[in-house]
Amino acid sequence: MLTGLLNRWLLLALTCLAALVTIDNDYYLSLLNFIGIHTLLVVGLNLLMGYAGQISLGHAAFYGLGAYTSGILTTTYGVNPWLALLLGLAVGSLTAFVIGIPALKLRGYYLAMATLGFGIIVYIVLNEAQSWTGGPSGLSGIPSFSLAGLALDTPRRLFALIWLMVGLILALSANLVDSRLGRALRALHDSENAAASLGVNTGRLKLIIFVWSALYAALAGSLYAHTLNFIAPGSFGFMFSIKLVTMVVVGGMASIWGSLLGAAVLTILPELLVVFHDLEVVIFGAILMVVMIFMPRGLVRGILDIWEQQKRWRQGRLSTGGRSAS
Amino acid sequence: MNVLADLLQYLFSGLTNGAIFALIALGFGIIYNATTIINFAQGEMVMLGALSAISFYHLKPSLPLAFVGGVATVIVVGLVFERLALRPVREPTPLTLIIITVGGAVLIKGLAMLYWGKEAYSLPSFSGEAPLYLGTATILPQNLWVLGLTALLVAVLEAFFRLTLVGKAMRACAYNARAARLVGIPPGRMVQLSFGLSAALGAAGGILIVPLTMGMYDMGTMLGLKGFSAAILGGLGSSLGGVLGGLLLGVAESLACGLISSGYRDAVAFFILLVVLFLRPQGLLGGRE
Repeated sequence: MLTGLLNRWLLLALTCLAALVTIDNDYYLSLLNFIGIHTLLVVGLNLLMGYAGQISLGHAAFYGLGAYTSGILTTTYGVNPWLALLLGLAVGSLTAFVIGIPALKLRGYYLAMATLGFGIIVYIVLNEAQSWTGGPSGLSGIPSFSLAGLALDTPRRLFALIWLMVGLILALSANLVDSRLGRALRALHDSENAAASLGVNTGRLKLIIFVWSALYAALAGSLYAHTLNFIAPGSFGFMFSIKLVTMVVVGGMASIWGSLLGAAVLTILPELLVVFHDLEVVIFGAILMVVMIFMPRGLVRGILDIWEQQKRWRQGRLSTGGRSAS
Repeated sequence: MNVLADLLQYLFSGLTNGAIFALIALGFGIIYNATTIINFAQGEMVMLGALSAISFYHLKPSLPLAFVGGVATVIVVGLVFERLALRPVREPTPLTLIIITVGGAVLIKGLAMLYWGKEAYSLPSFSGEAPLYLGTATILPQNLWVLGLTALLVAVLEAFFRLTLVGKAMRACAYNARAARLVGIPPGRMVQLSFGLSAALGAAGGILIVPLTMGMYDMGTMLGLKGFSAAILGGLGSSLGGVLGGLLLGVAESLACGLISSGYRDAVAFFILLVVLFLRPQGLLGGRE
């Protein structure tokens, strides 16, 4: 188990290094950077959906809060980007805390609707508070990060920064999931009442994980703002929240590494489909429905389950000496 | 005096929108009662109703025919949706069902965009455009059509649930599906019926409102979500609550739009939704959760 896990980290690090050395194409590097940013979002949402069993249909709002805090502070007030990132995290997590206290008392549909409503309100405010956010046309001229005088403004330099963050967050999340908190989370997912009866403070736990996932989203948002140097409300709407849910669904519920895969597949897919841009929405919808109907634990999990079932079935047939074949 | 006229004007446009929210809210309530599912694709039924009625109207310019054609098309879509998307579900937890119906909504919207494109379509008003004057406030005949037909639909629906055998069977299923099965009511059939019925209500709402707003592939999402807010505000599953919630929401939105700022119009419904969810999740008329 431990060596397997170690191998995965080694693989990730080596792949990143190889990508950094071999890829000499800004487009591909930028694409990888967006995969990294989306991974941060999806890991956070997966902690909430896959592990805690709580849904958020407004996760793009926390992403937007991180991005806009960074954007507004650096362009209007000339704050240092690193400091703006930290403040973005503070704004994102504080908002999640305030919204989470009443929202997480709700279950199922009510929670889905509360997060959705919150997401739409944030989106409307981003559009309407023009003097702050620049309105629908967005906020441009956001400065890049700089490290010891070196501006992180090329895709290659950003790649190093973003994937370092991804590595850190993945490690942190894998640790979290294997901790006492992670076990309590899984208990909560299976049965809230049973978890509560075993002494898990379910309300507090849900709030912690909600704030935690909002923190990841705000981090991703701030990175996005300083990567693209431009933000507009369109990137933080309801549709993006749905895309994030799709990424979780494709990567598999309760799978940290699956999140990386889900983010990668669904970030690359629209690029491949750029010719059929209009098909994107149809495909996202179809994926959500088909996967959830037939593989409620997500695409990767579902395929693995089927594969294992087949293997067991085949082994069963061998061990009974072909009796079942007759 | 001017303020009063303005208020009257806001009240009327609010009631008109509110009537549509009420129809959508009733649709949510019917499916919720039969299955405890929230069908997030309900808003897309509104859009499909409006756009297919417009397509029928282009084939043959008769409004009653377009109305019937639009509603019939959407009923078929609602039934097929239940059959293909919800009946085969392996693990019907709220989380999976939310994702499936949201996926369905996105899929239907995407397909509508492929079929109808991104332009806005119009349907003529049911009886002319000449405004009526009520003091200094003006009312379009279409506003009266929306209010009148909504009232009629609500009355027919209520009569159906109270007076007919099938309607009573549906209510029995909502109270207790197992007990209903014991007395010979097929719950599966009732679930199907509820999807057809709520699709029809949504479609009717869409066709009624489209002469006032223009129809586009993306009109359903916002209407659906506001209809759901109305359902929650009134009390999910209560039909009187759905109507009351819809009208209240419509008027609140219209007043906020007129008196405060038009940009935040859409935020009002969701603000109210959050307040209701946080303070009284069972809604105004709901007994218990």
